[in-house]
Amino acid sequence: MNIAKPNSYRSGPDDRGHFGNFGGRFVAETLMPLILDLEKAYTAAKADPAFQGAMNGYLKNYVGRPSPLYFAERLTEHLGGAKIYLKREELNHTGSHKVNNVLGQIMLARRMGKKRIIAETGAGQHGVATATLCARFGLECVVYMGAVDVERQQPNVIRMEMLGAKVVPVQSGTRTLKDAMNEALRDWVTNVHNTFYCIGTVAGPHPYPTLVRDFQSIIGNETKTQMQEIEGRLPDSLVACIGGGSNAMGLFHPFLDDPSVEIFGVEAAGHGLTQLHAASIAGGRPGVLHGNRTYLLMDADGQIQDAHSISAGLDYPGIGPEHSWLHEVGRVNYLSATDDEALAAFQLLSKLEGIIPALEPAHAIAKVMELAPKRPRDHLMVVNLSGRGDKDVPQVGDILRGKSK
Amino acid sequence: MITRIDTRFAELKKQGRAAFVTYVMAGDPDPATSLEIVKALSKSGSDVIELGIPFTDPMADGPSIQAAGLRALKVGMTLKKTLDLVRDFRKDDNLTPLVLMGYYNPIYIYGVDKFLADAKTSGVDGLIIVDLPPEEDDELCIPALRAGLNFIRLATPTTDDKRLPAVLANTSGFVYYVSIAGITGAAAADANVVGEAVARIKRHTKLPICVGFGIRTPEAARAIAEKADGSVVGTALVDALKNSLDAEGRATAKTVNAVAELTAALAQGVKGAQQAAE
Repeated sequence: MNIAKPNSYRSGPDDRGHFGNFGGRFVAETLMPLILDLEKAYTAAKADPAFQGAMNGYLKNYVGRPSPLYFAERLTEHLGGAKIYLKREELNHTGSHKVNNVLGQIMLARRMGKKRIIAETGAGQHGVATATLCARFGLECVVYMGAVDVERQQPNVIRMEMLGAKVVPVQSGTRTLKDAMNEALRDWVTNVHNTFYCIGTVAGPHPYPTLVRDFQSIIGNETKTQMQEIEGRLPDSLVACIGGGSNAMGLFHPFLDDPSVEIFGVEAAGHGLTQLHAASIAGGRPGVLHGNRTYLLMDADGQIQDAHSISAGLDYPGIGPEHSWLHEVGRVNYLSATDDEALAAFQLLSKLEGIIPALEPAHAIAKVMELAPKRPRDHLMVVNLSGRGDKDVPQVGDILRGKSK
Repeated sequence: MITRIDTRFAELKKQGRAAFVTYVMAGDPDPATSLEIVKALSKSGSDVIELGIPFTDPMADGPSIQAAGLRALKVGMTLKKTLDLVRDFRKDDNLTPLVLMGYYNPIYIYGVDKFLADAKTSGVDGLIIVDLPPEEDDELCIPALRAGLNFIRLATPTTDDKRLPAVLANTSGFVYYVSIAGITGAAAADANVVGEAVARIKRHTKLPICVGFGIRTPEAARAIAEKADGSVVGTALVDALKNSLDAEGRATAKTVNAVAELTAALAQGVKGAQQAAE
């Protein structure tokens, strides 16, 4: 396919929410008026210095930003190539990048006068961030979570409940993230008058992919400044894991118009791309689900297929529409890492750097292990360490003990 | 363009009564039984039939209709087989309007132009696609109108007077008013509140207005039929079907009758209603 290269990769979406052929607003009529209101409220908030000022205050003093850009010396020595920097999003309050976006959306919800917040969550990181900010601002919080994920992410379920949120285990479909999103949409359709839907990734109907991207772009903006301070120039490459793709979009977006920067997104290849996996770009094609057109895992009849990843946060059959577009225009290279590769990377980073990563960014580390040795020693590679591994410790412990038996 | 839907509503208007609109899922619990059920609907008094296109992720539907879709998918139902079902139904019935209702992805994957051509030749009269608001009219609505199919839009309690003209602009056949902000099979709306909403929409359009979501009994169907141009019943019929299945979810000797009997009772309710003076 011959796709025109844009003058800027950062100008999207158009006024109808399209990134090329992707994105849009594919939702029930009941939700349309609210989505149009949200777009207006977001446009106004973006232009309001008071909103931006208040957000910056919370980002600094509540979230703990800026997050460090850390030179991973031992990992670099071990791999013997590119100089590897970790963007330490796992040090944020609540333990992942998710809090950046949730803070923005909760402040928008307050601006719109909404008192009830709903969210969907896979690994529980988005749910924990939402429960946290609802506690902070005294808002009712309901989190939909696939029953399978409730089982494998118990520590996060307990955290959400301690923060006062109601966690609803979703029993329909595959009982994972996509079903949690269906259930959240059903709740929203039913309670549209008083409820704000806090979406956890750069997906869903316009304007969600844009506003989540904007709230997460602080990751890339800080990285740009920090790299200038440390090395006096731009990084040469960026690597981030992708489920829906919000941590990746946050890191990538400020660099899209810097042609010298190579960009890699890493999808979850699960048991392998010919078996069960969650790699929508590598193993899917464009379709329409959850309010947007994007790459999806589906069968020949357009029925959505089950995704699989060892990481509950990547276990989703779709990807944010802007990623689909960046793939088609060729600006970002999308790779994939299997469960086993992610587990190996999880252990390597823990042992070499004393940092236990979440299973999600372990997929990004897995590709760094492949890419870095092939790069020269003056190559600057930034990997987004989007979350910490506390939530995954019981699951990985079980797997490793099982393997050693 | 005059479709079977237009003709049917014109006839009903002459008779001075509201339409009884039924919904079942194509291929539930299996393609052969499903065809018999659709035939039984028209014979038992359904004026317009909505046939669900099975989809794995029906975001605006409740548990009953989601389960019906999954039952159909489990026995291998597809969009192509849904069109085959319509074609088979048309062999015996060339009058009852038939509307496909579902989500966009299976149609998008089938290919819009091919789908519209095949739907038209199969004997489909109209489409209700839940996740295509007027903002996405270029996708399917405009091509469907060009292909000679009605595109029936949902209007909801959140669709205010300012937005209604956009919702109605490319709508034809009838307007489907969703009586509650919620999913299918949820609690019923108050008939008086529905009456006010129907009156409000009538100020914007001459199209018939059918009301659905939450109507389960002949009494409720009748109360709505007194306020609108049609009552739509789906979940109650799907539940009657489900309750007739065996432990493995397969059709039994009772299945077709269970749906036919409830349809007849509901149709009686609707036909007993006096329509409000316009």
